[in-house]
Amino acid sequence: MSELTVVGADVPRVEAVEKLTGDALYTGDLLLPGLLHAKVKASPHARARILRIDTSRAEALPGVHAVLTGHELDHKLGLYVVDKDILAKDVVRHFGEAVAAVAAESVETASAAVELIEVEYEVLSPVLDPMEAIGDDAPLVHPDLGSYAYVEAAFSPQPGTNVAHVQRVRKGDLDRGFAEAEWVVEREYTNPSVQHVPLETHVAVVQWKAGDQVTIWTSAQSPFTVRNLFCTAMRLPLNQVRVVVPHVGGGFGGKAGIHLEPLVACLSRKAGGRPVRLQATREEEFSLLPCRSALTYRIKTGVRADGTITAQQMTMYWDAGAYADYAVNVTRASAYSASGPYEIPNAWVDAYTIYTNKPYGTAYRGFGHVEFFWGLERHMELVAHAIGMDPLEFRRRNLLKPGSRTMTGELITEHTGDPRACLDAVAAAIGYGGLTDEEREHERRTGRRVGKGVATLHKAPAMPSFTATAAVVKMSSDATVVVNVALMEIGQGCNTALAQIVAERLRFPIDRVKVAIERDTDKDPYDWQTVASKGLILSGNACLLACDDLLRQAYDVAAQVLRANVADLDHDADRVFVAHRPQESVTFAELSIGYAFPNGNGIGGPLIGVGRYIAQGLTNLDKETGQGLPALDWTYGAHGVVVDVDPDTGEFDVLAISSAYDVGRVVNPGLVRGQAIGGMVQGLGTALCEGYIYDQQGRLLNPSFTDNKIPTARDLPARLDIAVVETAQLDGPYGARGVGEHPMISVAPAIGNAIQQATGAELLHMPMRFEDVWRALRSHEPIDNWITETPAGSCRSDLPGGAGQPSPRK
Amino acid sequence: MQISVTVNGQVCQRDVEDHWTLLRLLRDGLGLTGSKEGCGAGECGACTVELNGRTVNSCLVLAVEADGGSVRTVEGEAEQGRLSRIQEAFARHHAVQCGFCTGGMVMSVRDLLQRNPQPTVREIQEGIEGNFCRCTGYAQIIEAVLDVSGQLDDSSVGDLRHV
Ligand code: FES
Ligand code: FES
Repeated sequence: MSELTVVGADVPRVEAVEKLTGDALYTGDLLLPGLLHAKVKASPHARARILRIDTSRAEALPGVHAVLTGHELDHKLGLYVVDKDILAKDVVRHFGEAVAAVAAESVETASAAVELIEVEYEVLSPVLDPMEAIGDDAPLVHPDLGSYAYVEAAFSPQPGTNVAHVQRVRKGDLDRGFAEAEWVVEREYTNPSVQHVPLETHVAVVQWKAGDQVTIWTSAQSPFTVRNLFCTAMRLPLNQVRVVVPHVGGGFGGKAGIHLEPLVACLSRKAGGRPVRLQATREEEFSLLPCRSALTYRIKTGVRADGTITAQQMTMYWDAGAYADYAVNVTRASAYSASGPYEIPNAWVDAYTIYTNKPYGTAYRGFGHVEFFWGLERHMELVAHAIGMDPLEFRRRNLLKPGSRTMTGELITEHTGDPRACLDAVAAAIGYGGLTDEEREHERRTGRRVGKGVATLHKAPAMPSFTATAAVVKMSSDATVVVNVALMEIGQGCNTALAQIVAERLRFPIDRVKVAIERDTDKDPYDWQTVASKGLILSGNACLLACDDLLRQAYDVAAQVLRANVADLDHDADRVFVAHRPQESVTFAELSIGYAFPNGNGIGGPLIGVGRYIAQGLTNLDKETGQGLPALDWTYGAHGVVVDVDPDTGEFDVLAISSAYDVGRVVNPGLVRGQAIGGMVQGLGTALCEGYIYDQQGRLLNPSFTDNKIPTARDLPARLDIAVVETAQLDGPYGARGVGEHPMISVAPAIGNAIQQATGAELLHMPMRFEDVWRALRSHEPIDNWITETPAGSCRSDLPGGAGQPSPRK
Repeated sequence: MQISVTVNGQVCQRDVEDHWTLLRLLRDGLGLTGSKEGCGAGECGACTVELNGRTVNSCLVLAVEADGGSVRTVEGEAEQGRLSRIQEAFARHHAVQCGFCTGGMVMSVRDLLQRNPQPTVREIQEGIEGNFCRCTGYAQIIEAVLDVSGQLDDSSVGDLRHV
């Protein structure tokens, strides 16, 4: 590729100025004439029958314009399994679920009205433990599962059970693989639900006008998905509903689907078309809005004494909570990625999405991979220990390489990416395998033990095989351009990266390219969703095609003006010219909105380039074997961690983290670092302190920042090192591939591996708190998973007939 | 009740309800939406403003407490549309992602640098400890503060290493 000038440059974020001055408007900042304010009545119970709701006193309160209960609404919602009512009907399925809502002239009046709504419940004993939920006598969270619509090409709900989906992957011959093994190691790893914690809580403003014309302003990641799901639920034509998204204050997957919008819309309709706003409180963000699913991951690995993995059996129990939402697709994506960047000749995966009476899980940065890589990369460490091999060497031996096949049968080539380079880079950066003099001195001085650990990661976008997007590049009369896409800027930097890609392709300076900030389904071209780290490849390619389209239009007109063949034309930042007579030229400004000859004749017209791009060559997965091509691209990476641990108390600090990713091509080094460090610190939070804690009745005990800490500036490790590998993605824009989610993956196991290296403590549950390390050190036994109240011990290698799988009830 | 507050140098008189917070006055009463509500409970710092020379979480201060006082918000940081040095450094170092914490963060950094023009990394971490940022991981914010306080040598700028 010839030298790039804008792609690869450290361009400042294009919308930084308005965010720094406070001018940037977010959904919660919008004011509309006649705006009403909504509040929700939430269930205090995890599972209960609603016997009676009396809204009469709320309705009588002056200033109240609408009161809604589930019985007035006949609209089911769901991304993949249509299982959710807008307001609970007859039964509540999780703590914090909305049972009624009010729209009133002020927030205070709405709150007072909510207090006046009387709900009589018959409290039922909740299904909280996913392992019990798949037992034979478990009550059903969704007795009507068999009647729900669902996406049949990809999912398999099991009516009469609490299983919303089962994903299977089969490769090779598992029995033969285990027969070839000299060692078999089996363990179970767990992590609890966690909250995304965008700084901006979910907020929606909706106006349902006469004639069923609906406008939705919302803090959503995926405006077209909101429109699509909304119209399906409300049985409205798509062109009657307009979704507008201004700035979004962080999403991390929690704003990927549809959330408050339908409820607020119904309130507006009932309030006679007045616009209504509902902004979740921080507490509601934890339980009314969804979280990340908890996971129990059991892995059984057969390995030869030389460290070659011969077989691996993997079982995932995803605790979806009360609704399937994204959890079924998290299950699917995790299942086909479950073995990480390792070659497993004989592989077997069963992954279950299990309904329980808890707040439901949705997409969260990493889409299952943060959760299962905790287990997988702890497991690789334990297998290496079991056979007496260095864990880094063990990993290297089993990594995917050109010629390998993934579990679903995809052939890895030299262009797929280089996991080995990432692993080696982080190992070198932390001085893996020994201590420096300084580190030895640190041990002597502090009495702590220094340990080092590594962990790999990979992820492909989890998306339909035919995921599509489009971009429009419009030139103005001064030869500046405005780019329209529906990929949302939620902080990840897509506006800046796409502006760089457009500037590079057009050969314009970046300040002549603007990516429009507000997204609007009436005005912007379609995009599926802003998820999965797919934006850079799909929208990037759409932008390239739109630029090519615009240039083609410009060249066509220029050829007429210059009386030249299109094939002989070339351009620079300002003009289109004849390549062999560069003085014969016409400026982009002259061409931009139609060219006028000196005599007044006009030709051409406004230059508007359109680019459409669709994922290519991907297939559905076979339902029985999981075979197929699900991955647009794979981004590989690795983390290396240095910790010091107090061997008496279990207290530890993360001293250094080194990360490496094969990003294909760096579009903007500052943005890559921002994603890398931001994701890594978010991963640190879930590794060390975050997690939902319930009581025995399924009530969430820590829905606040007091009791659910997230990292602050003081939690940053002293040393951070971010490296990139650039194995060009052949179909990526300028070779680039996405890296938005990856930095959050595998931070936790790298820390766990370092702690084990320092002290021998075998941690199988995250988060890893000091007391967990202390307990592991004292008992030398794996720790029970008490944060999620799973009753069984975590280590299953001692179970008789370890291969036996509890099967979901038939 | 009627209160009078000087906000970003402008005297403002408003009728406020007793229970209104300063944040509510700024956002709903004065239309200054650069201060955000991330928790409403004094824990996230998104609502940080300066009141009578000290930073406060404006979600924890009643509007009436600001009566007769002077408030500075992120909207007062740029002058005549020109970014302050802190804002410029934030832009240069990618210290902004979604932007929701940014207003409060800028106010805390401003306060820190007024008290301590050359803070160490540790002091910067402590100075912005009360401001959650879920996006950036803080490192690029710390680099911006080091830069604006004239302490950025090459070794403290994080590099993206190519291997
Ligand atoms: S909104 Fe004031 S501290 Fe969070
Ligand atoms: S930039 Fe998003 S919370 Fe700080």
